[in-house]
Amino acid sequence: METNERKIYLQKRRKNKILVIATQLLILIAFIGIWELLANKEIIDSFITSQPSRIWATLTNLGANDLIKHIQVTTYETIVGFLLGTTLGIVIAIILWWSNFLAKVADPYLVVLNSLPKVALGPIIIIWVGAGTQAIIVMAIAISLVVTILENLNGFLRTDENLIKMAKTFKANKLQILTKIILPANISTFISSLKVNIGLSLVGVISGEFLVSKAGLGYLIVYGGQVFKLDLVMTSVIILGILAGIMYGIVLLLEKFILNSKKFK
Amino acid sequence: MEKILEIKNVCKTYQTPKGEIEAIKDINFDIKSGEFVSIIGPSGCGKSTLLSIISGLEDKTSGEILIEGKKIEGISSEIGYMLQKDCLLEWRTIWSNVMLGLELKGIKSKESKIYVENLLKKYHLYEFKDKYPQELSGGMRQRVALIRTLAIKPKILLLDEAFSALDYQTRIMVTNDIYSILRKERITALIVTHDISEAISMSDRIIVLTKRPGTIKNIHQLKFETKERDPISYRESPKFSEYFNTLWKELDANGN
Repeated sequence: METNERKIYLQKRRKNKILVIATQLLILIAFIGIWELLANKEIIDSFITSQPSRIWATLTNLGANDLIKHIQVTTYETIVGFLLGTTLGIVIAIILWWSNFLAKVADPYLVVLNSLPKVALGPIIIIWVGAGTQAIIVMAIAISLVVTILENLNGFLRTDENLIKMAKTFKANKLQILTKIILPANISTFISSLKVNIGLSLVGVISGEFLVSKAGLGYLIVYGGQVFKLDLVMTSVIILGILAGIMYGIVLLLEKFILNSKKFK
Repeated sequence: MEKILEIKNVCKTYQTPKGEIEAIKDINFDIKSGEFVSIIGPSGCGKSTLLSIISGLEDKTSGEILIEGKKIEGISSEIGYMLQKDCLLEWRTIWSNVMLGLELKGIKSKESKIYVENLLKKYHLYEFKDKYPQELSGGMRQRVALIRTLAIKPKILLLDEAFSALDYQTRIMVTNDIYSILRKERITALIVTHDISEAISMSDRIIVLTKRPGTIKNIHQLKFETKERDPISYRESPKFSEYFNTLWKELDANGN
């Protein structure tokens, strides 16, 4: 039986939720509406600001600008960079956890590399691996790698000492401590790495594409800017936003799946 | 009764960048089979260090430790160890938690499985074997942790401030619970605690350590008139407060 108070409480909660979503939608619609209106009345110059209807036209006319191809290129580069960066980062974190000596030696280098703006490495990367997809992927890895190493190593080192002590009382060796205690205890660290890295890989890919590419959304943005096709630039940025949202959504689904399979088999 | 554990002239000195710290010095005592012995002392007297050394988690500087007359080095299979917290792995089921010790030692067998199953049944945990630790109460979790340790069939069990993470009421219940399991399974136990009443209610003997460097100040053999052993009823015995006062003063004289 629901009490009256509970009903009122639930109603209030639901109302609040609807209000938040409605306001969010309203802001978006108003923004687009005012933008379109101002452009139509020629109060703002749509040559510089573009306008929603033209963005829509560009978006629906996918073939004209090879949009699909560019989206595919960026997606591919991001996924490869993301997977390589995350895996490599976790593997290196495991190695550093394993060897206290190596971790101490690596520490100052990691700190410096972490604060270094990775985009500055762009020209070096291009010279080393060649101007092309490889350079873009390396850039994506460069941006996510150090953060992944630091965050995971930190997570490993913060694992409850008592659990390790408990395992040791059963004569656990280092490999057993790693596989039976450290790794499963850090599932949430891995998931947060995935979440951060999907965004970082996109940053790496786009800045890589700014520098070298012949295809991809980053290329499209730079190209559009150079020839003053603001419709194309805006459309690319919007697609990029959607792409980032979808990738983040996939990671969230993955998180849900992992947490469910762990606890409620 | 035969001696199960012998501690001979055990010393421990820690090396730190600032210098040497003598944690414990010349510790000598024995434990007989089936006995419950508590170690109490002011905080920082090295009582937990002593337990870690016996368990093999830490090295000793000098001295010998013997189990049933045989010298042991490092972590011994004859010794079970219970930490302050239950240390159950949240991502494993109860069954998989109690099997952890056997799994880590690589001695999982049909017999050991049956043995553990029987322990779970005996202590009313069998029906929870597919649940996860977070679904169990604090007292049940402690019992699971105990069975995980008993699964490897230790000759002697070390308890390091066990249950101290629990609230007072649960703790008294759990102490009683664990105590009766240990007696039933005829386990010898060495308990480190800072709680005088817990030491009195559980032990046959109490070893009092001095402050650092910890040495043995006194060993008290406890005698109660009641035959029925049970920590809660011990607390009501007139002897209890007598022992309490003696031990309290002894620790106080240490400058605790």
